[in-house]
Order: sequence, then structure tokens, then C-alpha cells
Amino acid sequence: MNSPVLFFVDIGRKIIAFLYFWGGMTNLAAQTIFQIFLPPFSKDKLVEQIKKAGYESLPIVALVSLFIGIIFALQTAIFMQRIGSELYIASIVALALVRELGPVITALVVAGRVGAAITAELGSMQVTEQIDALETLATNPIKYLVVPRFLALAIVLPLLTLYADAIGILGGDLICVGKLGISGSMYMTVTTEALYYKDIFTGLFKAVFFGMIIAIVSCYEGFNVEGGAEGVGRATTKSVVASFILIIVADCFFTALFYFIFP
Amino acid sequence: MIEIKDVYKNFGEHRVLDGLSLNIATGTTCVIIGRSGCGKSVLLKHIVGILKPDKGDVFVEGKDMVRLAEKELNALRLKIALVFQGGALFDSMTVGENVGFGLIEHSDVGRKELLERIEESLCLVGLCGIANLMPSELSGGMKKRVALARAICVKPEIILYDEPTTGVDPITADSINELIRNLHDKLKVTSVVVTHDMKSAYKVADRIAMMYQGKIIAEGTSSEIENSQHPVVHQFVNGLAQGPITETIERFR
Repeated sequence: MNSPVLFFVDIGRKIIAFLYFWGGMTNLAAQTIFQIFLPPFSKDKLVEQIKKAGYESLPIVALVSLFIGIIFALQTAIFMQRIGSELYIASIVALALVRELGPVITALVVAGRVGAAITAELGSMQVTEQIDALETLATNPIKYLVVPRFLALAIVLPLLTLYADAIGILGGDLICVGKLGISGSMYMTVTTEALYYKDIFTGLFKAVFFGMIIAIVSCYEGFNVEGGAEGVGRATTKSVVASFILIIVADCFFTALFYFIFP
Repeated sequence: MIEIKDVYKNFGEHRVLDGLSLNIATGTTCVIIGRSGCGKSVLLKHIVGILKPDKGDVFVEGKDMVRLAEKELNALRLKIALVFQGGALFDSMTVGENVGFGLIEHSDVGRKELLERIEESLCLVGLCGIANLMPSELSGGMKKRVALARAICVKPEIILYDEPTTGVDPITADSINELIRNLHDKLKVTSVVVTHDMKSAYKVADRIAMMYQGKIIAEGTSSEIENSQHPVVHQFVNGLAQGPITETIERFR
């Protein structure tokens, strides 16, 4: 075949692969939500996943959000000092973190740390036929593997976001109190004045969705691994990249939505 | 009774099952022989309903595996056990949890009985007292036997074996053969054994079916297959490089 034809064949294949991905993801999400409400309910597996995804993510989320808070305060300090309004660094840090950076940075960290692990784990189970084995033992793999991870991430992500918000604000506090000579109580007053419940709510609402996105993408990629260890590696990369893209796209969508419904 | 009627299955453009039909009577051991990669494992997965045929029917105990609702399918699956080629043990669980998985998830047996059943199944495959090890601590042959213990722990009526003697030493292979024979004689289970190990096939089989190019090309008792005049069967059971089956040799040229 000549190259223009091949070009269109290639585009066609990409479109089909894209539609296939979306179809598979939607299907998995629908089946997962259906299985959540189907007994029996297993608390143990949920607790285990919450521990893995939430508790064990605390240090890395703390580290990243602390530095984000510090960096944000330092970057804005240069300009704010010039116009003599250092005090408002507190409100900028608080708003940026709670509305935007907290949920997104937390989601990206969790996608990299937890999502990748889920894909690698389920992918290895797929290539060693463990998922088929579950089915032959009369156990639905979606109920057994996806539901606990999905619920755990949807619960854990907003909690981690709150935690990240708090630590990030603490990071800003360190700079303002330590370097710019603002008093600690003043910093907290300005922070609480700047924040409305709406800001916290929209941030957490987004976080719940980000958690669901990470769970579905990483489980989907894990279930669809083909070709041994190399396939697991490829799926893990794809899972993290797809989660990043979908998180950013969903963030943009929700931010626009809230902009119009809660002006 | 397992009835497979005119089943077709494609993976992409590659046709794996091409109008395959086979009946396996209750309480017999049927060995399916064929070359590696000819679709024997795919056939087993159709019998437990993990894979659905593109066309055709699979009936197990008179129930349609293709169209059964999930709940009934799962109830039926507790009577069918599949022993995977590589074991497919859950590597996040101990050997004991693996063996008892079916009971833990689907029955309300007490802890004491559960532990007894696990130990009993492990002893049956000659691995008493390893319930607390992790699968990663076992050798390949031991994993295979643990998988067998997991299959028999739920007391199934049908056991499907995917190459049970491949990759284990000859002594273990023979003990696995004997175990298959014993389960058949004592518990009257229906067994389907997929293998290309002819020694094992002759030892365990009531009937042997030869699969070639997505179809069953010959079926009969051990001696009928051993003395078959069909050129493909003759070449396969005698392990001859020369004969009608040449495709791999051609492919590598």
C-alpha cells in the first residue's frame, strides 16, 4: 500500500483504539457501580485497600504539599512585597491550594503511587491467569478486585486532599512567619477569612471523582494486559498517563462547571 | 455430561476452534491431546464458561454455559474445578488461603472444618503441612500440586486439568497421574485432561480425543488411538518429525 493510504489506515486504527478504550472504561465503571450494591459486602478488603491507598500515602502527600505551600508563598512573596501586601500571601496560598492545587496534586501523586501499583498488581494477576482462576472459583473479579479499590480511592482521596490542604497552608505559614515577619495568628485569620465552605466543598467534590478515575483507569489497564512482563510495564505506563490526562481534563470540566453554577 | 456442539472461536483473525464437537460422559476421564498452542486450553476455558464461543453451544450437566445468568453460572462453577497450567495461585495469599478460597468465599463452614479440609486436600497431593507458606516459596511442581489441592478442596464433580504433568519431574508426574486416576475411581469425578504427554494420556484416560486445526479429528479408547491409522494421529502419538503435521517446521525455515 502507498503511504497516504497507510496514513488513513493508521488514523482509523487510532480512532478505533480510542473508542475501544472508552467503551471498556465505561463498561467497567458501570459494572463496578452495579457490583457495589450487590451483596455480599466485604469490609476487610475495603479496609486493606484504604490502608494501602490512604494511610501509606500520607508521607509522600505531606512532603509534596508542604513544598508546594513553601514554593507558592516564596513565588508570590516577590511580587506582594513590591506592592506592600505580604499579608495577602496567606489568602492566595489558601485559595490556590484548597480550590486547585490540593485536589490535583494529591490526585497526581496517588495516580503515580497507587494507580500504578494497582495496574501492575492486576496486570500480573492477569498474565498468570489468576483472574481466570477467580472466575472458575465462582468469584466475580470486578466485585472481588475492583470494588474495594474503587471505594477505597473514592473515600481516601478527599481525605488526603484535606490533609494536603492543611499541610500546604502550613508550608505557606512557615515562609510568612519565618521570613516575612507576619505573626502566626494573623496568617491564620487571613487564611480563614479568604476561604468559604464552597471552596472546600468543590475541592473535595473533585477529589472524589479523581479517586474514581484513578481506580477505573488503573483496574481497566490491569485487566487488559497482554504479553507478559513487558505488557505489565506498558500497561502501567499507560495507566499513569491516562489517569494524568483524565484528571486534568476532569479538573478543567468541574472548574468550569462550578464557575457557572456557583459564581 | 459435557456436550460441546459445533463451537467456533476466533482471536482476531486467528481461528482457534473451528466447529469443534465433543461429548464427555459423566464419571469418565477424557484426555484431549494435541500440539502446543492448538487451542486445548481455550477449549477448557469454554467448558467453565470463562470464554464464550463466537458460535455454537456448550452444555454442562444439561445447562447452557453460554447463556446462563451469572448467579446460576457461579453455582455451577462450584461443581467444576479447573487446574491451571501454571497453577494460577493467588500470590497475595498463603497456600492455605489459596486451597480454601472456594470454601472461604462460598460456604459457611466453621474455622476448624475449613482448616481440616485444607490440610486434607494438601495431604491428598502429598504436601501435608505447608498451609502457611506463600506461593512464592514453592517450586513449580509444588505450585501445580497446590493448584490441584485448591481444585479438589471444594469437592467438585468435574475437574479440568490443563497440562498437569508438564514441567514436573517424572516421579511427580506419575504421582499426579495416579492422583487423577484415584479421584476418578474413588470420587467418580468426571475429568478432562489436556496434555501432550502421551505416557500420562495412556495412564489416565478412559477415552482420548485428538485435537487438530480447531477440530476433534479422532476419538477412542487408549488402544484405538495408539493403533490409529489416521496419519495425523499416528504421527502425533508416536512423536514423529516426519508426517502431515509440518507447520512449525515450515514456519521457522
